[in-house]
Amino acid sequence: MSHKVIVPIGPYHPLQEEPEFFQLYVDGERVVDIDIIIGYNHRGIEQLAETKHFDQVAFLVERICGICSSSHPYAYVLAVEDILGGEREVVPERALYIRTIIDELQRLHSHLLWLGLAGHFIGYNTVWMWAWKYREPVLDCFEMITGNRQNYAMFKIGGVRRDIKDEDIPVLKKALDELVPAIEMFRGAVMDDPVIKMRLKEAGTLTKQQAIDWCVVGPTARASGINIDIRRDEPYGVTDRVNWSVIIENDGDVFAKTIVRILEMNESVHIIRQCLEKMPKGKIDADIKDVPPGEGIGRVEAPRGECFHYIRSDGTNRPVRLKIRAPSFMNVASDKVAAVGGTISDAALTLAAVDPCYCCTARLAVIDKPSNKKIMNGWDLVKLSQEKTEKLKQGLSDTGK
Amino acid sequence: MLKTFLSYLIFPGFLFSACAGLIACWIDRKVTARIQWRVGPPWHQNFTDIIKLLGKETIVPSDSSKWTFLLAPCLGVLGLILATTIIGRAALVPSESFLGDLIVVLYLLIIPAVAMIIAGASSGNPLASVGVSREMKLVLAYELPFLLSVTAVIIKCNGAIQFAGILNHQLNFASNIASFSGILAFVAALICMQAKLGLAPFDISEADQELMGGVLIEYSGLPLALFKLTKAMLLYTSPLLLIVLFFGKDLSLLFILLKFVGILVVFILIKNTNPRLRIDQALRFFWGPVTLLALLANGLALLGY
Repeated sequence: MSHKVIVPIGPYHPLQEEPEFFQLYVDGERVVDIDIIIGYNHRGIEQLAETKHFDQVAFLVERICGICSSSHPYAYVLAVEDILGGEREVVPERALYIRTIIDELQRLHSHLLWLGLAGHFIGYNTVWMWAWKYREPVLDCFEMITGNRQNYAMFKIGGVRRDIKDEDIPVLKKALDELVPAIEMFRGAVMDDPVIKMRLKEAGTLTKQQAIDWCVVGPTARASGINIDIRRDEPYGVTDRVNWSVIIENDGDVFAKTIVRILEMNESVHIIRQCLEKMPKGKIDADIKDVPPGEGIGRVEAPRGECFHYIRSDGTNRPVRLKIRAPSFMNVASDKVAAVGGTISDAALTLAAVDPCYCCTARLAVIDKPSNKKIMNGWDLVKLSQEKTEKLKQGLSDTGK
Repeated sequence: MLKTFLSYLIFPGFLFSACAGLIACWIDRKVTARIQWRVGPPWHQNFTDIIKLLGKETIVPSDSSKWTFLLAPCLGVLGLILATTIIGRAALVPSESFLGDLIVVLYLLIIPAVAMIIAGASSGNPLASVGVSREMKLVLAYELPFLLSVTAVIIKCNGAIQFAGILNHQLNFASNIASFSGILAFVAALICMQAKLGLAPFDISEADQELMGGVLIEYSGLPLALFKLTKAMLLYTSPLLLIVLFFGKDLSLLFILLKFVGILVVFILIKNTNPRLRIDQALRFFWGPVTLLALLANGLALLGY
């Protein structure tokens, strides 16, 4: 077969059940090129945020992604607190600890989720089911602390909404104790299984230089030997008051990405345990009433990488501008180099290995370059979509006649 | 005449092997579920699935070649009915087996795979065409060691190419498995069967996660039901063939059942403890270690071990 065939993955991913479109140009089994089309899921959240007041936006950005549903509100409140003088100045001690605990619990559940999906992607459904089984206790902890398995609504400007009760702490500790052997088992299963190794090693390699060139973030970058982690580089919560280490692997292949994520789970457990030990008594909310004019940024190490929020306030109760840069938006593009040259089997795996979360990748604004005029934005897109639906409906009823 | 006809159609032919296969599929799903901390479906789930598919619309893609597309699943199921009947009758009444029926069965067992290839190629879908190329490579990969492991059995049984001869030899001496060459040949044949069945780690041509069903992607309704049925029947036929070839000493009903479930569970365990291989890795695996294993079995069989 010498002619190129397009193998489509999408526009609705068969496994991740999210809207994206990868067009693999293949020559036999080999992938020679790839088109990445994202942006099927534009929800206009940035625009919507400008119509809500500051407290409401925290709930709104929580819904950007169901999996990193603490990273986005965390980055958002950090940005607002940046205007107020900084997280450490504003937020009570106890709330800082609670924030870090929630953030790390989220990393645990997210990495377990990914591990399961990765197992599913290589056709190893036992790993999938097992990983998700061990993820359940983490979600139970969330439910116990916040009342929800996802979308915790814990973050508010100046603190957190709910306290961690004293009687909950032993339960939390026990859940962590039970999780550690499971993480250890997964580490062993991945590192010692020759077949998994055969499958993951040298698949979808992203070299350090390529990783730098494509600006990847989070575990994807750390697996390629880039030493970055917002938790250490720009501490928030109490990440600089506890002992933990940044996990770095140098190979850049799917195997390295898996190892990084599994070992990071250990670090998260470590962080949460220390937080539970050190957490002081006291207030959990600073009762912020007003946000002064100004601009601020918030950076959080989400499970998938750096999550960035920018906010501008003019002194009213609504943000003038909210700008979000989510990690998957940066990572997904790197598939262009990582997946090309491998086989289709490897490509499917590589596409999943950056732990893409398509909810946060939708971006659209059409701009006329010479006049720098905006031609189309989120609202226009909604209108366009409605018109198209109407047209389709029309077409259907025509053929029905 | 009527008796022969019924034996192909009902017992041990189509109807029986289909039911047994669907039950075997249920065992597969149930054991898999238990391994994965799930509950698993009720025993009739596979029957329900097939009946449900029969009631669904059959969609023929516009750029497929219609007749090939629709006849391919029939070809697969017919080939397998012949094979399973010959094996079943030989196991029940060895006197009814004919000279060279082993060879015939070996040929017939390739037909389901060929049917899959034809089906995928005729559907005109790019994902199916990738699946077809994988299936072709996979057939080429596992047939060589599979045939070699069968020749080891033939050598062991003094050149018998008839099921009756093979069973007779095992009855008089010992099961083929009770020898070094037998064990090696059995392991090789088992691995090849795993690929023939399209179970992980060799479910490469269907690869839900990469090809979304691969060769079967365009199938729906009755033709899909036929393919599912073929798979199910193969899940009954393969262990049966292995029992006849390697465990032929005691063929009382209870022992057949125990051996059958035993082999089935081995298939299921391999399936659930391995990730899917890449096609090049599978090819290397079959033509390397597995072929060597089968060759070694042949050598040992020649030496009489």
